[in-house]
Amino acid sequence: MSAFGEAMVYLNDPFNWTRRDGILELLGEHLTISAVAVLAAFVIAFPIAVALGTSGRGGGAVVVVSNVSRAVPTLALLTLFAVSPIGFGNRATTIALAVFAIPPILANTYVGVRGVDADVREAARGMGMSSGEVTRRVDLPLALPLIMTGLRTATVQVVATASLAALVGGGGLGRLVRLGFGQQDYGLIIAGALLIAVLAVLTELLLVLLSWVATPGPKRFPWTSAKRPVLAASAEPTASGVPL
Amino acid sequence: MRPVVSAAAEAGGAVLAVDEAPNPWIDPSYVTENWDTILRYLGEHIRLTLGAVVLGALIALPLALLARRNRVVAGPVLAVSTIVYTIPSLAMFAFIFPFTGLSATTVLIGLVAYSLVILVRNFLTGLQGVPADVREAARGMGYGPVRLFWQIDLPLALPAFMTGLRIATVSTVALVTVGVLVGHGGLGQLIYGGFNANFYRAEIVTGSVGCVLLALLADVLLAGAERLVTPWARAVRP
Repeated sequence: MSAFGEAMVYLNDPFNWTRRDGILELLGEHLTISAVAVLAAFVIAFPIAVALGTSGRGGGAVVVVSNVSRAVPTLALLTLFAVSPIGFGNRATTIALAVFAIPPILANTYVGVRGVDADVREAARGMGMSSGEVTRRVDLPLALPLIMTGLRTATVQVVATASLAALVGGGGLGRLVRLGFGQQDYGLIIAGALLIAVLAVLTELLLVLLSWVATPGPKRFPWTSAKRPVLAASAEPTASGVPL
Repeated sequence: MRPVVSAAAEAGGAVLAVDEAPNPWIDPSYVTENWDTILRYLGEHIRLTLGAVVLGALIALPLALLARRNRVVAGPVLAVSTIVYTIPSLAMFAFIFPFTGLSATTVLIGLVAYSLVILVRNFLTGLQGVPADVREAARGMGYGPVRLFWQIDLPLALPAFMTGLRIATVSTVALVTVGVLVGHGGLGQLIYGGFNANFYRAEIVTGSVGCVLLALLADVLLAGAERLVTPWARAVRP
């Protein structure tokens, strides 16, 4: 039987899903680690990016941070945190993933806030808004599409790279692939890989939907608009431009 | 009467042999003593990166040219590249593993897939940026398709091409490390080996720093190459 056939057999066995250390438990672990990491990164990066964006300072630093982060292998960071005094396991994984989620949130939020039309801001101030109100009611709504792009990039990246944590003693769905390699069980390897890939693609789709809902302004489905936008390739599929 | 236990045991509970051995983060003697091993892994890292980017570029260029000419091709090419991009590297290597086994080929195929999707997007962006009237004028002057590509498209799209090559190279250098899954991760073998050798920090740090330095060096080299092949851009960009 081919490895893909064996994978289907594995995935069709309900016991493999519900038992201890089964798929559901690993999935829960995977999602918890990812959610905490993204949340932590957002709490750290968002205020800094908004402060830098509204003041217009620190643009160079943001670019350097996002470029250098591209050169650092995820596996290296995961391993370094795992052998640090934090100890290997889910805490080290979460911290490493949070560090990786910061650059895309930081860069996109900064660019979004920075790109708000100065005239609009001027008009808001002329209407008597305080600087806090300008940020809250003008800058953030206008920057929302890019903020959501950053959040999407970071989340997909974290969900994808969380699978690497299994190589260095962490939890999550990557454990299945690692176990499969340990046991020379091709079906288990493919089953784990399928779960990881499907989870990543679903996360991407969910967040695309979420950012579509969250974006203010008239909603229009891309396929119902009378004039289809010209099909142009954007240079990078994700804003950070890093495969996961 | 004083119990016969060491001070360490009193302070911290269990005593392990590991607690006693020094485990520094940075250890120059590790690098000098294992220079041959490091060079071997570095060589593999560079070979895999070069192979992935060159093969990716060779496949991406005809695809991008085809996608620009034909709208029907452009849609699927972009859609497939987005999906491939979303697949995590661990899953990608695991999918290829049943076909090519524990070999460097497994890693190379996965890396080519990633560099291919980065390059095809950047190449297409570059080609779409070539003004239509410039191509029209060249065609009116009697340029054939080959000459049109070499003398009009390529020079005008070169900055976007080089940007794509730089992104693809830097991210490939980082991705090679995931190849440890099948035992061919270049410098990633040091990172993974150090983790498995009882958390040997010096080995892990050597592998990690090596990866970052290699990526930055490759980026600087490509930036230099970009300046060399686009001498006209220097006047505009100080």
